[in-house]
Amino acid sequence: MRYLTLLRAKPSTTPPPPELMAAIMALGEDATKAGALLDTAGLEPSATGARVALTAGELAATDGPFAESKEVISYAIYEVASKQEAVEWASRFLRAHRDLWPGWEGEVDVLKLFG
Amino acid sequence: MSVSDARRVLEAVWRIESARLVAGLARLVRDVGLAEELAQDTLVIALEQWQRDGVPDDPGPWLRATARHRAIDVLRRRRKYAEKLALLSRDAEWREDGVEDELDDHIGDDLLRLIFTAAHPALSAESQIALTLRLLGGLSTAEIARAFLIPEPTAAQRIVRAKRTLAAAGVRFEMPTPAETAERLGTVLSVLYLIFNEGYSATSGADWTQPALCREAMRLGRVLAGLLPGEAEVHGLVALMELQASRLPARTGAGGRPVLLGDQDRLRWDRLLIRRGLAALDRAEGLGGGPYTLQAAIAACHARAHRAQDTDWTRIAALYEVLAYLRPTPVVRLNQAVAVGKAGNPARALTIVDALPAMRDYPQLPAVRGELLFLLGRPAEARAEYARAAAMTRNESERELYSRAAFSKSGNGRPG
Repeated sequence: MRYLTLLRAKPSTTPPPPELMAAIMALGEDATKAGALLDTAGLEPSATGARVALTAGELAATDGPFAESKEVISYAIYEVASKQEAVEWASRFLRAHRDLWPGWEGEVDVLKLFG
Repeated sequence: MSVSDARRVLEAVWRIESARLVAGLARLVRDVGLAEELAQDTLVIALEQWQRDGVPDDPGPWLRATARHRAIDVLRRRRKYAEKLALLSRDAEWREDGVEDELDDHIGDDLLRLIFTAAHPALSAESQIALTLRLLGGLSTAEIARAFLIPEPTAAQRIVRAKRTLAAAGVRFEMPTPAETAERLGTVLSVLYLIFNEGYSATSGADWTQPALCREAMRLGRVLAGLLPGEAEVHGLVALMELQASRLPARTGAGGRPVLLGDQDRLRWDRLLIRRGLAALDRAEGLGGGPYTLQAAIAACHARAHRAQDTDWTRIAALYEVLAYLRPTPVVRLNQAVAVGKAGNPARALTIVDALPAMRDYPQLPAVRGELLFLLGRPAEARAEYARAAAMTRNESERELYSRAAFSKSGNGRPG
């Protein structure tokens, strides 16, 4: 079964510590080499994106940033045997943040793809 | 945390960690069978403790540390035993070098050794498959039994026998020598592809496919590609499996019925697997390719065709020509004939088929003859061939497919 994970966090004024970036790369490599991680990428701030909405029959495209307090920072697609396995990979990701970026807060939505 | 939560977390972490645990343990104790038992002990200890005390904050390292302690206990007991018997000859010497390492310090090499050991030539193909799924896939005996539709005691027996064979043959936990590597790697790849094919086209039972087995074979292929990034055919096999598996969602219709390649709804093909498969094919071709890479290139011709009628059968026939030169097996020849027929030359295709030796218990042979005979405007003979195919197959879905073709006007009863 396949899961999409979306990492959300409050925009930070400081860049992530280099140790965290190294840990994230290592974790990504680990998950890839375990055959579980099929695809992943980091996302630019929503300020560089846009939103297209349909409201009351009207289409409207608005440039970012979006008003939400948290931004989607990255996504990943995992092929796993259970939801819990996707949760474990997401937890490893957040543990790295906890251990290497004090004060950082965020969340990962673990969403099952159809099929 | 409830008891069932602990079990669920453990199952998930186990799937991620078990191959690495067994591989690291095997390096310490120099015995795959014992390593597997120690890993099982670790699993039992984890379940007890996690249910009692809760799941540890970072379960992966917890499992590795616990497994390592179990290994050190065994090594100490072994040393004491050897000392008592004063059997300190060179052969009986215990090995304790490496115990100061963490279990995952040499994980790449350990995993490779484990992969080569599980697919050791001293083992029968079915033992290689069972042991690979057990040691690398972390599948339980029950899961292996379910995957191959065999009774659980039979699966357990296969694993026990495989471990005993390795021990009796004095197989050490080590890499093949450079001289053996190519052949040994070939065996590993064929084991993975057998697992994949068992899932892609279940040889028996009511279900047409077992996608879980395909996914496991692909996962192990990706693990191997991570360990041997310079081996063309590893990427070739990954590409082949991913491109074939991209069609899984479209291969089964209402009521579990097989849907032929030409009739599949290509919008249901898995775009992510196609993209990954094509990228793996690029890597494989860049590294020199081989038979799996050629088969992947053939699968890519289908993946690139947005409609069945856009398929480049001429290119497929040419690729089969090269493949048949490298691997002149009856199955390759048969597929070559199909491609030649589709490329507009059914008469030549039929000569290829008729030059094949008799293939007993291979329903695809009469099915292909049937298809070609339909193309050549010989429907009576074609229907007879399909009836033969239907009588021959052990897969119920396939039998239905061939039976329908045996009564149809135009044929086309070959699964995609």
